[in-house]
Amino acid sequence: MKFAIAVFSSPDQPSNRRALRFAEALLAAGHTLERLFFYQAGVHSASAHVVSPQDELDLPKAWLQLIQQHQLDAVVCIAAALKRGQLNAEEAQRYARSGHSIDAPWELSGLGQLHEAAQSADRLICFAGP
Amino acid sequence: MMSKAILLVSRHAPTDGSSARELLDIALAGGAFDLPISLLLLDDGVLQLAPHDFSLLQQKNLSANLQALALFGVEQIYAAERSLCERGLNTLNSTLPVQRLDDAAVSQLYRQHDVVITL
Repeated sequence: MKFAIAVFSSPDQPSNRRALRFAEALLAAGHTLERLFFYQAGVHSASAHVVSPQDELDLPKAWLQLIQQHQLDAVVCIAAALKRGQLNAEEAQRYARSGHSIDAPWELSGLGQLHEAAQSADRLICFAGP
Repeated sequence: MMSKAILLVSRHAPTDGSSARELLDIALAGGAFDLPISLLLLDDGVLQLAPHDFSLLQQKNLSANLQALALFGVEQIYAAERSLCERGLNTLNSTLPVQRLDDAAVSQLYRQHDVVITL
């Protein structure tokens, strides 16, 4: 089955971890993950600037590893990311900010990507709240 | 191929963080792509129909975004009757054309859509 996953919660919420585990489980079961879409506080999942305590799960790092391992399409809503201070190099330059926190393979794009995923996947699964 | 019907469920007051606004952004984006979008105001989401003085909060008025829905082709807007009653809004005269749904009709609405996104 073709899945798409939308993550609305930040990496310090259990629902963000559940999204990661769900993604891992569906890939392990042989399903296809067409797109990961990060919106609202979920955009922090893409940040290379999150520093997790050593004895805690580093969710941004775990997401990055999953995306690289399976060459997943990982899209971060650009408007949601910008207002939460998560920029890639291109946006940092555009808005004259001193640094950036998002690198490839993460991609910044618009909400159209969420709609496209909802239309093309068999199931869109959303993760929000605590 | 027929587009999948999308139900957006808005459960937050306009003054409760950015969820109400960010859900409307999903609605407007979907409308711009001519997708069949329905919006259900549920729980505190019905407070978006009540007048608020956003200037007191130094916050942008959400009602402009709600009014823009029709311009983007999002015309199926629903409010849960129970949520309205629970908040004393059952006699509210909204400027937005909203269809009020009882519990059975809310269940029916969920069944009529292929995709549900709740914020």
